[in-house]
Amino acid sequence: MSSLSLGYGEDQEAVRASARAIALIQRQGALIALIVLALGGWLRYGANFVSPYNIFDAFLNSNSYYALIALGMAFVIMSGGIDLSVGSVTAMSAVTAAQLSGYGLVPAAAGAIGIGLATGIVNGVLIGQFKLQSFVITLATLLAGRGMALVLSNNAPVMVDFSAGFPSLGTTRVGPVPLPVVIVAVLYLLGAILLRFTRFGRHVLAIGGNEEAARLAGVPIERTLLIVYAMSGALAGLAGALLAALSYSGSPTSAVGWELSAIAAVVVGGTLLTGGVGSVGGTLVGVLLLGLIFNALNFEQAQGVFQLNVFWENLIRGVFLLIVVVFQSRLARRLGAGAT
Amino acid sequence: MTVPSSTPADSGKQIALRAPSALDLRELLRRNQTARAALALLLLLLYNAFFTTNFLSVGTFNANLTQVATIVIVAVGMTFVIATGGIDLSVGALMAIAGVIAPMFLREANQFGAPWIGLVLAFVAPVLITGLCGLFNGTLVTWVGLQPIIATLVLFLAGRGIAQVLVNGQLIEFRNLGSPLVAQFEFIGLGSIFGIRFQIILMAVVVAVAAWVLASTVFGRYVLATGGNESAARLAGVPVRRIKLAVYTISGLLSGLAGLIVVAINRSADPHAVGELMELDAIAAVAVGGTPLIGGQATMVGTLLGALIIQLLRFTLISHNVSDGLARIVIAIVIVVAVMLQRQRSS
Repeated sequence: MSSLSLGYGEDQEAVRASARAIALIQRQGALIALIVLALGGWLRYGANFVSPYNIFDAFLNSNSYYALIALGMAFVIMSGGIDLSVGSVTAMSAVTAAQLSGYGLVPAAAGAIGIGLATGIVNGVLIGQFKLQSFVITLATLLAGRGMALVLSNNAPVMVDFSAGFPSLGTTRVGPVPLPVVIVAVLYLLGAILLRFTRFGRHVLAIGGNEEAARLAGVPIERTLLIVYAMSGALAGLAGALLAALSYSGSPTSAVGWELSAIAAVVVGGTLLTGGVGSVGGTLVGVLLLGLIFNALNFEQAQGVFQLNVFWENLIRGVFLLIVVVFQSRLARRLGAGAT
Repeated sequence: MTVPSSTPADSGKQIALRAPSALDLRELLRRNQTARAALALLLLLLYNAFFTTNFLSVGTFNANLTQVATIVIVAVGMTFVIATGGIDLSVGALMAIAGVIAPMFLREANQFGAPWIGLVLAFVAPVLITGLCGLFNGTLVTWVGLQPIIATLVLFLAGRGIAQVLVNGQLIEFRNLGSPLVAQFEFIGLGSIFGIRFQIILMAVVVAVAAWVLASTVFGRYVLATGGNESAARLAGVPVRRIKLAVYTISGLLSGLAGLIVVAINRSADPHAVGELMELDAIAAVAVGGTPLIGGQATMVGTLLGALIIQLLRFTLISHNVSDGLARIVIAIVIVVAVMLQRQRSS
């Protein structure tokens, strides 16, 4: 502040400034990494990297389903729970969408979202009303959802019927932007508004922060959790519809393990798994960052400097997750906010 | 810890001390998830004995138990981890790592002086490596302070990647290794002693030792204390960090052992398929067996029963021409019912 102030005050000021910087890095670290990676990619790979095709199709469009699942997962995690069923729900919904694709876009998409919503409601009732652990319940619906996908599809991928225009869900464009990307953008905007500016959003964070305190403060726990899991299920259902529209088929064995990728994206985006804290924007950044790493890796392959086959993908994803969460927990500890 | 009747040793005492009357049994079933699991298994066995053709045969016995052996071995490690209030998602990936490392030692059998050294290394080295991976999980949980689900998610992703990268994504067929040790190595998955498949014996030994450790050793008490109330345990002098490091290491070691059995049965190592979804099977077995996922209580016998129930249920449904998909839905419902019953007791 003033140049004449005593050392003690300056120290305090410096400490406060560094605490602010740490808090900023913890909250926005993923965003900073995303910007650095994007700029680095532009410098290294040139115009192809920033071409509309790479940005909208190769990168954003192919990450649209992860983005939808991660949005629902973010709300679940902020409420202090976890939803392991979303990968299975995506597969089940993709099968449903493919089977209903002959009736047209709206019935197919509605069927896919509906079956996801129904699974989410089952999760929400068992976790909210019956007070069962989210981890075990959604593990059970993970199994049941995969089973239902196999039953519905008769154990084989279902081809999409093109006649009624269902694939237009994936191929329609708004200007240069594919429709799935527009849907994701709109839903993230709605999600951010829901979290920041509505009573529901505050209730979610209150439950995740301290469920008992929230109950005593009059937060409707059962109803809020029901909505949170229903949202997660419906978003996974929509992801299934997009998957069917973009891949022209609904496979009962698709989307295995996506729940864990979504959890990784949410955590990378700065949402704490302990619940009570989180952001929708951060989750989007987490999804984009994990996606951009592979986009950049593809370009790196094309440059031919070093060759990494597709099997490095899991390894890199795991190592990246490790770096981010270790970094975050160190920062969180220095802030005195407790461990992640 | 808090409900003594849930440990297998105590329920055994209850049965032994009192004359078995209908009232006692009902009381036991009302209060004890492991007793309920045992009853469910008994009913399943009786149903099959009457309605499934050729059920009472050595072939069916071996077929069911060989399929469940690896799940039980992994689930025992998982039970230790869950008893401390943690979870281990990396078990399937660690199985794959052990599975692809073993053939490397078999292939280089002649590089170690004597062939038997190669054989020993093929068994010991992969298990030690996955044990180290478990130690790594434990380090992330204790020293870095990550939540168990995130800490083990790292190796769930990266571990599978390591297995794939090590063999370049290729399936390794044992008959193409050109090693004289393959037959001996395969004994762990395909051999028999007195007509009982070797991995069934291995499974029984693992369960027996783990049940003893949990019920009758200081380590077992510390594990339960850590899961029951971590800060109270720390204040009471329990070395909480060391206990957690130990349980994740045990889980890693047992996952490695299960990985060896799987590749021996298949006579090949597939880095993509070995141990896939094993974390889910193991957690389901633990939950159905009556170990609550919040930690502090655990039963190894329950875990064995849980895995057997799920396996026998799947076998029953499939041998009565129910589709695989429908069987999964039924198993999911059984898991939900099991945790609901458990909750009813605790409330």
